[in-house]
Amino acid sequence: MQKGLGDLDELYQEVLLDHYRNPRNTGRLDDPASEVDAVNPFCGDEIHMQLGMDGDTLSRISVTGQGCSISQAAGSLLSELVEGKTSEEARELRELFRGMMMGEELSDDVADRLDDNLALQGVRRFPVRIKCALLSWSALIDALDKAATAE
Amino acid sequence: MTPGAPLDVQRIRADFPILTRQVNGHTLTYLDNAATSQKPRQVIESLVDYYERYNSNVHRGVHTLSIEATEAYEEARGKVQRFINAPSPESVIWTRNTSESLNLVAYSWGEANVGAGDEIVTTAMEHHSDIVPWQQLAMREGATLKIIPETETGRLDMEQAASLITERTKIVAATHMSNVLGTVNDIKALADAAHKVGAVMLVDGAQSVPHMPVDVQALDCDFMAFSAHKMLGPTGIGVLYGRPEILEVMPPWMFGGDMILEVSYEDASWNDLPYRFEAGTPNIADAIATGVAVDYLSALGMDNVWAHEQQVTAYALGKFAGLDGFNLLGPREVEDKGAVISFSHDSVHSHDLGTALDQLGIAIRTGHHCAMPLIRSHGIVSAARASFYIYNTEAEVDILVDGLIEAESYFSKAGIL
Repeated sequence: MQKGLGDLDELYQEVLLDHYRNPRNTGRLDDPASEVDAVNPFCGDEIHMQLGMDGDTLSRISVTGQGCSISQAAGSLLSELVEGKTSEEARELRELFRGMMMGEELSDDVADRLDDNLALQGVRRFPVRIKCALLSWSALIDALDKAATAE
Repeated sequence: MTPGAPLDVQRIRADFPILTRQVNGHTLTYLDNAATSQKPRQVIESLVDYYERYNSNVHRGVHTLSIEATEAYEEARGKVQRFINAPSPESVIWTRNTSESLNLVAYSWGEANVGAGDEIVTTAMEHHSDIVPWQQLAMREGATLKIIPETETGRLDMEQAASLITERTKIVAATHMSNVLGTVNDIKALADAAHKVGAVMLVDGAQSVPHMPVDVQALDCDFMAFSAHKMLGPTGIGVLYGRPEILEVMPPWMFGGDMILEVSYEDASWNDLPYRFEAGTPNIADAIATGVAVDYLSALGMDNVWAHEQQVTAYALGKFAGLDGFNLLGPREVEDKGAVISFSHDSVHSHDLGTALDQLGIAIRTGHHCAMPLIRSHGIVSAARASFYIYNTEAEVDILVDGLIEAESYFSKAGIL
């Protein structure tokens, strides 16, 4: 019996599919503290991100874009995770997320902090798609840097 | 069906060791030939033979190995010359790939011949390699880049071409065959239009030279660029054909060994063609292997290669016509269309399709295919592409189509249709 598409279930977990079908935080912000466009040059996936800052707190975020299910769901999952966090916390989360994608062992504490974003763990088995999951996170860092210089 | 000697595909397949490889539990179905072709044993063995038996530098030794290497290197040039019916071996310049060939023209010929107010004409269906060097040249020189548009049926708009090519045009740069649409363009007509206004005609032959008989003199083009790795040869080597009288007066663009005639501390003079454009130790082994790849294709006969690919493409177009949800890019009929089928799906992104097919051992290309402006003009950001070669069969088209149906059903169950 030849293998079918069953292994894909690890990649396309229900949480991810849900975020792809119904992406969160897609409303445009009226007066964003910063705004970035990120493109993955290898595949053309696009993410547009806007941040609203309240002091050092990331009070609002908007993520839209065009691309594959992984890149777009990752943007939506990210938006839920970082909203309400300080910029330092958001940067920490990015490191934790990147660590997860690079195959680091996850402690219970890290797993708790990444919350629903753990659903992207399955991408690790499909190395060529890891860049899809990381696109929004690099956009976030650019947007935070931009917001910090704009101050 | 075109008459002639049909390809013995099973015998051909036996020459390609990689085709028995297992990928994710399935025998490889390799349908990414427009990106790069696989290599027959003969080509692989010629590389080993060179390094084991006569590895040596060319054009500069009097010892036996250097003489053998030089002879084999120049013999390979002669094979390429005959393959494209170039008028002389000196009109065949070895480069790294199609991109380098195009850059050579843009820098050397371009900077000497294109100035402020001049126009460069290219097409809507070019690979980035045949857009960006001209954009940059136009920016450096203050020239204008004009684009021949695509018609609704995926062809070049030749009426528009006639009005875009004017007395100001210095060069017309067009792909012989689109790497996304498969469209085969009427190069002779473009060359005639270019020559009428005193412009030169450059052809990106990366997708045509591997798949059909190409005669640079019959096409009447002034430059033709292509890569060996898409035509059974190794990576890292390509060709620029140039009309001899044009090459003769072009300045060198890279300087160093092999391209000089005489050097003093104050000045240097340039070697003859083709060496003036081959600075430094060339890619000897891969040039020789390219000659072996050309031998392999010549033995099959390029008419037969084209006829086989037309048959597989016609079969694939027929299968896709019955597939709901999948939208084909480019011509729907096989006439003047090469072995490239690009498509998008109404709701599943091409990367998701590509990952699913990979689970079934099927290799296709996904993404923008280095033709972002073309892909975007079709209102999409990404497409999937299956492209065929001499070793592909109708049975593999069935595997692809079955795989797409299975993938679609998977994503449908996942709720993203």
